[in-house]
Amino acid sequence: MATITINGQEYPLPDDPRTTLLDFLHQHLKLFGAKKGCDHGQCGACTVVVDNERMNACLLLAFQLEGKSVTTIEGIASEEELHPLQKAFVKCDAFQCGFCTSGQICSGVSMMNELQENNPSTVWFEPNYSEQEDIKERMSGNLCRCGAYANIIDAVNIVRQDKEVS
Amino acid sequence: MRPFSVNSLTDGKQLADIGTFESSRFLAGGTNLVDLMKHQIETPQHIIDLSRWDSANNIDETDDYYQIGAMVSNTDLANFAYQRKDLSVLSQALLSGATVQLRNRATTGGNLLQRTRCYYFYDTNQPCNKREPGSGCAALDGFNRIHAVLGTSEHCIASHPSDMAVAMTALDAQVKTINTKGDTRSIPVRELYQLPGDTPHIETVLAEDELIVAVKIPKKKRGTQTYRKVRDRSSYAFALVSVACDLTLKDGVIADISLAFGGVGTQPWHAASAEDFMRNKTASSSLYEQAVDLELNPARGAGGNDFKIPLIKRTAAFVIQQAVEHQMANPGHQGAIHAR
Repeated sequence: MATITINGQEYPLPDDPRTTLLDFLHQHLKLFGAKKGCDHGQCGACTVVVDNERMNACLLLAFQLEGKSVTTIEGIASEEELHPLQKAFVKCDAFQCGFCTSGQICSGVSMMNELQENNPSTVWFEPNYSEQEDIKERMSGNLCRCGAYANIIDAVNIVRQDKEVS
Repeated sequence: MRPFSVNSLTDGKQLADIGTFESSRFLAGGTNLVDLMKHQIETPQHIIDLSRWDSANNIDETDDYYQIGAMVSNTDLANFAYQRKDLSVLSQALLSGATVQLRNRATTGGNLLQRTRCYYFYDTNQPCNKREPGSGCAALDGFNRIHAVLGTSEHCIASHPSDMAVAMTALDAQVKTINTKGDTRSIPVRELYQLPGDTPHIETVLAEDELIVAVKIPKKKRGTQTYRKVRDRSSYAFALVSVACDLTLKDGVIADISLAFGGVGTQPWHAASAEDFMRNKTASSSLYEQAVDLELNPARGAGGNDFKIPLIKRTAAFVIQQAVEHQMANPGHQGAIHAR
């Protein structure tokens, strides 16, 4: 049977090939953390991590993900405590309505790995490179209509600089 | 989304074993096609799934060329190209496009074949000759700020959206394909696309049963490379105009130049006339301006996009001037002007 692993647990893939990963999470698994904002890959509210890479769950047809391992916001934290980025979001007041937050956090967690792997960004070609502009560029796939961007960047920076989050 | 059947291509199950029909579509990463299927702009009855086609995920390198498998993601290709000075313009173009989420999923073959983002192509309540041949073009008298000024026709002015394809055009890449009979061929990216004419729904020279297997980029000593993208916001937006340039200067003379434009053409625009005009001539600002003017001679605005003609001229002249200055200060330079 074709299966997919979500947050460490294996599930059979849906029968209907039209099912997106996002709809599979919502309608089959009752995992509502990844949000449906635009459903067209424009807002990033549905961002999940597929085999260590962040992607828009709304544009992924689940049948193409056989054998893949997906982490959603529900699987970001450990059993015992929040992920450091989740704590930083609380500390920095990095959300207002919260609708984009699960996507922002999945995206931010992935971005930390990309930075560790030294993946380039378009800002690396700019004459006036700055870490702040680099972070903004890397997070540009996640819209926040409340406009909490400044605090989201602060939260990301706290974790990047490994400051203690309490 | 309309119902469809699925057949997966694998290294053991070739295209010839599967076959294609008029209503078949190849599905790679799906970042464009799945969206079009949701809008019911694309309504394939059969999907040939490429997600299990493992051998198309490789990048191979010989002394003469790089061969990028059709399923290599935009992220993997950008990271690879970043490490190679002769592919800098490709890395710059890829990283200027979309978002990390989309680049992680989008593929090399799919990027080349993505469809336009013309508003009227997406709005199924509007006439669009590309979506529904013979229905008319709402963009001609509509909001056409993002539309093309080169290669247009009275039937379609939709611009090609890809950044990567503009860099591939500048690098003179070749597309390798296979069809259901097992025939293979190589097509220069510069000849892959078709102008809209009176058949804007036909966008490339590929046959319906023809699949992109890989993209080959010739290896050679290149010069200063720039991908300059001008857009409404500094991230996550399609180009209003963009310029890909690879320039080598010798003793003040433009010894070699590759120039391609994005955002302004109905296809990634190879500025061949401008290149020919500048090659082996002494670099000067009047030379670049005359060369770009020559390229833009057939350009026609439709009202809202008239600004693109002076904008591409200024952007191209700036990019060339900057490359010339960098070559003067750093003879034999290869790669980006700035890179970390």
